[in-house]
Amino acid sequence: MSEAAERTDRTTAASGQLASGWRQYLRAIAALVRKDIAAEVRSWELVGAMLVFSLLVILLFNFALELQVQLRSEITSGVLWVTLTFAGTLGLNRAMASERERNSLDGLLLTPVDRSALYFGKTLANWLFMLLVAAIVLPLFGLLYSTNLVSPGLLLVVLMGTAGYAAVGTLLATMAIQTRTRDILLPILLFPVVLPALIAAVKASDGYLQGLPPDAIRPWLNLLVAFDVIFVAVAMMLYDSVVQE
Amino acid sequence: MIEVRGLVKRYGLKPVLRGLTFEAGDGEFVALIGPNGAGKTTFLRILTSLARPTAGLVSIAGLPIPGGESQVRRLLGVVAHQPMLYGDLTAAENLRFFGRMYGLPDLERRLTEVLALVGLTRVADELVRAFSRGMQQRLAIGRAILHRPQVLLLDEPHTGLDQEAAVMLDRLLSEVAVEGRTVVMTSHDIGRAHRLADRVDVLSRGELVASLPVATTSLAQLTSTYQQVTRV
Amino acid sequence: MKPMPAGLRVLTGLTVVLFGLALYMVFVYAPREVVMGEVQRVFYFHVAAGWVGALAFLVVAIAGIIYLTRGGRRWDHVAVASVEIGVVFTLINIASGSIWARPIWNTWWTWDPRLVTATVMELVYIAYLMLRQGIEDPDRRAKLGAVYGIVGFISVPMTFLSIRLLRTIHPVVIGSGDPTAEGAFDMTPRMLQAFLFSLLTFTFVYASLLWHRLRLQSLADRVEELKLRVLSA
Repeated sequence: MSEAAERTDRTTAASGQLASGWRQYLRAIAALVRKDIAAEVRSWELVGAMLVFSLLVILLFNFALELQVQLRSEITSGVLWVTLTFAGTLGLNRAMASERERNSLDGLLLTPVDRSALYFGKTLANWLFMLLVAAIVLPLFGLLYSTNLVSPGLLLVVLMGTAGYAAVGTLLATMAIQTRTRDILLPILLFPVVLPALIAAVKASDGYLQGLPPDAIRPWLNLLVAFDVIFVAVAMMLYDSVVQE
Repeated sequence: MIEVRGLVKRYGLKPVLRGLTFEAGDGEFVALIGPNGAGKTTFLRILTSLARPTAGLVSIAGLPIPGGESQVRRLLGVVAHQPMLYGDLTAAENLRFFGRMYGLPDLERRLTEVLALVGLTRVADELVRAFSRGMQQRLAIGRAILHRPQVLLLDEPHTGLDQEAAVMLDRLLSEVAVEGRTVVMTSHDIGRAHRLADRVDVLSRGELVASLPVATTSLAQLTSTYQQVTRV
Repeated sequence: MKPMPAGLRVLTGLTVVLFGLALYMVFVYAPREVVMGEVQRVFYFHVAAGWVGALAFLVVAIAGIIYLTRGGRRWDHVAVASVEIGVVFTLINIASGSIWARPIWNTWWTWDPRLVTATVMELVYIAYLMLRQGIEDPDRRAKLGAVYGIVGFISVPMTFLSIRLLRTIHPVVIGSGDPTAEGAFDMTPRMLQAFLFSLLTFTFVYASLLWHRLRLQSLADRVEELKLRVLSA
């Protein structure tokens, strides 16, 4: 065999050993999430900014609405979810901007893994960061207004609501960073679309806070589940079109 | 290894590549030179599968683009102007992440090997954002060869490097190329192209206008041909 | 310049005729409503405009899906044209709804599910246009536009459902309050005819506007092509 052919054989053999299949797919998603967490732990850019922003928003609401110490529960869930929505926008923007900085999105697109894995990895990371912020904001809010927000029902709503938000938000944020008007565009794209989840989350949270019977809360939970499932499926299918030139 | 026939790329109605035909064999090092706006970066982006052709045939190792992108990517290593690295992670962490994304079986061993190859073993646990541009490019090359690709695509990798770093990069490229890889590198430094490559192709206004083997073309001949074919 | 195709000429002519007839039907043929008076006639155009807004939205989503699966810049043109028409007609829908509400319920706005959903749809339309405006590359513009059109089309009905659910569980009295407040009145057969006829007319208006807009786009493309040819010669 010629020398060139031998060399090619060697390199083919080596690259042929790269793992593939669904196990590699899951490993790639795990790698993406770990990478985002590792980078975040170094700088706390995302979570830090989201936290500070949340506290500022709560403060603003306090003075804008002249809230009493004993808060009416209808207002609690509203203020809570508006806060999370705004802070979430910040987080999403920063999360995608960091990929754009050194063009690392291209680096990810060059890997052999399916684009939907990139979507899932990014969305899971964004979801985790939102949950971290919620984990701090909820008890803090409870302290400020003498309400107990750490109840299992409410936590469930926070989980599902932030999941839906992250699912659509990651897709739209990936689109927004490709435009000139980057930062401003994300809320404009996101808010009209995430509205059903927001309404459902507020009403379900309120239901749990008021101790309403499960029948009153269930339709909202159903709506939230439907939103989450539908949008994760749709975003997963559309993600390739959004990143591929 | 790389076969391109009649490649056309349009952005909307604006044509950037007009029926490009190009070939690179196994283990060949081709330098692609041309004036700004000739379409070098666009061409390279299509080879890397980051951009899709408007028309024409592109195949790498027999795999077509579009169609076989996922398999093609396994065979490609890419170095661009931007390092495509994560500043908040260390050099080792960056390589480890990409190794996982590629599904590299012997990750840790290969990681150490590559760091030694690009001369970054001592700074393996330093954050990439503290690296100089030269060091970042070296790590970028490390990332590009991590998964032992058959094809290496480089888009003006010497951009922004000082003399010392550029020389180091040249040496690295020669070593890496010798391992039997097909290399396509764009550049607008004719001298460097002549020094490193087996063949120099000239791209102008979206078409391949000259193709000269380095063995039989002197630098002076190359320079004058270049000036001739790129004259407006 | 290529002359207007015969089909378009016929469609435009037909649309003008239908519109004239519709005006007659709405203002003369249909009887005066007992409770609300003349202002009720806004209803015919209000709903017809809303219908066009929704139809346009559907077309945007479908054109988006076709563009993403099969490609073809023509489908992107269809989507943009549809958005432009949809924005205007949804605005007409909202404005006429407001005009109708004022004398009846003494308020410029009712938080009625349909009106709110129309507003949300309008915001999605506007976001769509702003998204496109911020992208240079025409192919990127088309792709991202298609994606957003699909996402919006899925989300807006869900918004409608959630607000409706809100109303039935919490019957709040704001303004009109009544969840079926979009003019609960019984339609006589003549009214029904006028109503259906205006729906038909507005559909024709949509179709001819769409075709005209597509023609405009292809003429603009021709100009671009010629410009490029001259510049690179």
